[in-house]
Amino acid sequence: MSRAEGVAVPRREVRWTTVGLVGLLLLVAAQAYGVLTSPPDRDMGHLQKIMYVHVPAAWNAMLAFLLVALASLRYLWKGRLADDLLAASAAEVGMLLTGLTLALGMIWGKPTWGIWWTWEPRLTSTAVLFFMFVAYLILRTFVDDAERRAQWSAVVGLLGALNVPIVYMSVRWWRTLHQMQSSPMTLDSSYTWPLRANAVALMLLMAYAVAHRYRSALMTQTAEELMDRLALKGTPGGSRA
Amino acid sequence: MSWRDDWRRVRAVAMKDLTAERRSKSGLNAVTFLGVLVLMLFGFALGPDTESLREAATGAIWLAILFSGVLAFNRSYQLELDGGALEPLLLYPGSRWSIFAGKLLANLAFVGLVELIVIPVALVLFHVSIPDAWAAQLFVTLLGTIGFVTLGTFYAAMSSRSRSREVLLPLLLFPMMIPVLLGAVEASTSLLEGNVMRDAGAWIRMLLVYDVVFLAAALAVFEFVIEV
Repeated sequence: MSRAEGVAVPRREVRWTTVGLVGLLLLVAAQAYGVLTSPPDRDMGHLQKIMYVHVPAAWNAMLAFLLVALASLRYLWKGRLADDLLAASAAEVGMLLTGLTLALGMIWGKPTWGIWWTWEPRLTSTAVLFFMFVAYLILRTFVDDAERRAQWSAVVGLLGALNVPIVYMSVRWWRTLHQMQSSPMTLDSSYTWPLRANAVALMLLMAYAVAHRYRSALMTQTAEELMDRLALKGTPGGSRA
Repeated sequence: MSWRDDWRRVRAVAMKDLTAERRSKSGLNAVTFLGVLVLMLFGFALGPDTESLREAATGAIWLAILFSGVLAFNRSYQLELDGGALEPLLLYPGSRWSIFAGKLLANLAFVGLVELIVIPVALVLFHVSIPDAWAAQLFVTLLGTIGFVTLGTFYAAMSSRSRSREVLLPLLLFPMMIPVLLGAVEASTSLLEGNVMRDAGAWIRMLLVYDVVFLAAALAVFEFVIEV
């Protein structure tokens, strides 16, 4: 039980709500700015606008998985269950963002490449990442003991995150269909600012979502501990077997 | 001195698993049969066209190894779990990774034996003649097998001790296996065709990197999955 001590519900809710609201407002503004100001792409036309969500979602998914790796490492190092809950929250959000990246990429790919899906390293490795963290979350539901769950998922999360650099480098290692990572260097300047603003907005929203999931996980855990304590004392709550 | 002790421990665990396997034999028979069965199913699914069979051969071989291998990995911890021997094994002095390394060696030998039967059968069923670059082909198979068995042995340490382990192991293992599978299939296919454009070298390099990274990672963190 010693590992569960020090778990307390943080009183930062107002601050995180502000972060979420700012993120949402910025996202709306950045989308409007991007859609209204940037000219249609020479080849893709207005289809290019998908990039404003697709690319930031991919970036932020990577960030979320980095957070999974860091929190998992910290759990293995210090053994605090709170770090495990943080890793799980980040994995959930990262999986959602990866799913969004894949879905938008497919919507973009159909008219541009003429196909929904192709077995190309960048796409394949992103899909791998997606399924890996789906498996991570399924693993968590299959293990009942909290400490064992934390330990196992920390390890699975770490090995999963080892794939992130492979995914990132996949476009450079193999010459393929997917364009190089979009960056301010490869883009016309009229696209850079909306892209950056969208990335920041989505990052704030991601941080808010992770914080929110983390907080509710901590609360669930505290509630379960209280139930356990009541059950041990034999007070009502526990004695009704 | 301690290095030598570790090696003795690794060998002892591997020999124990292999001896148990040799005495029962039921595992190897069942797993090999499943591998051949998967090959047959592939043959039926693809139809009798020789050309398409030949093209799909490497993919079919790897999937057959994958499906039959998954059966083997859960088994490798099953003996300890059934006999309540995992705790005593963990209580023996010495480093925990040697248990993993021992089981890894035993599983490598086991999957190697399965491959020794499944691959020749596949060559016959899918009308593939032994390629000129057979040595390179063997090397690719070895690299792919090491990657597969490393991850399989590692994840089975968790899944065999959880609820619904039959579901959990493939769920954890298969996504992680995709890079290995892709590398092995692409490298073997390009070697079989003698096709320079497909660039077997790049895929072999990727397999090597993947094997080294995940072997090191699994050895490093095995302690955490086995101790709870």
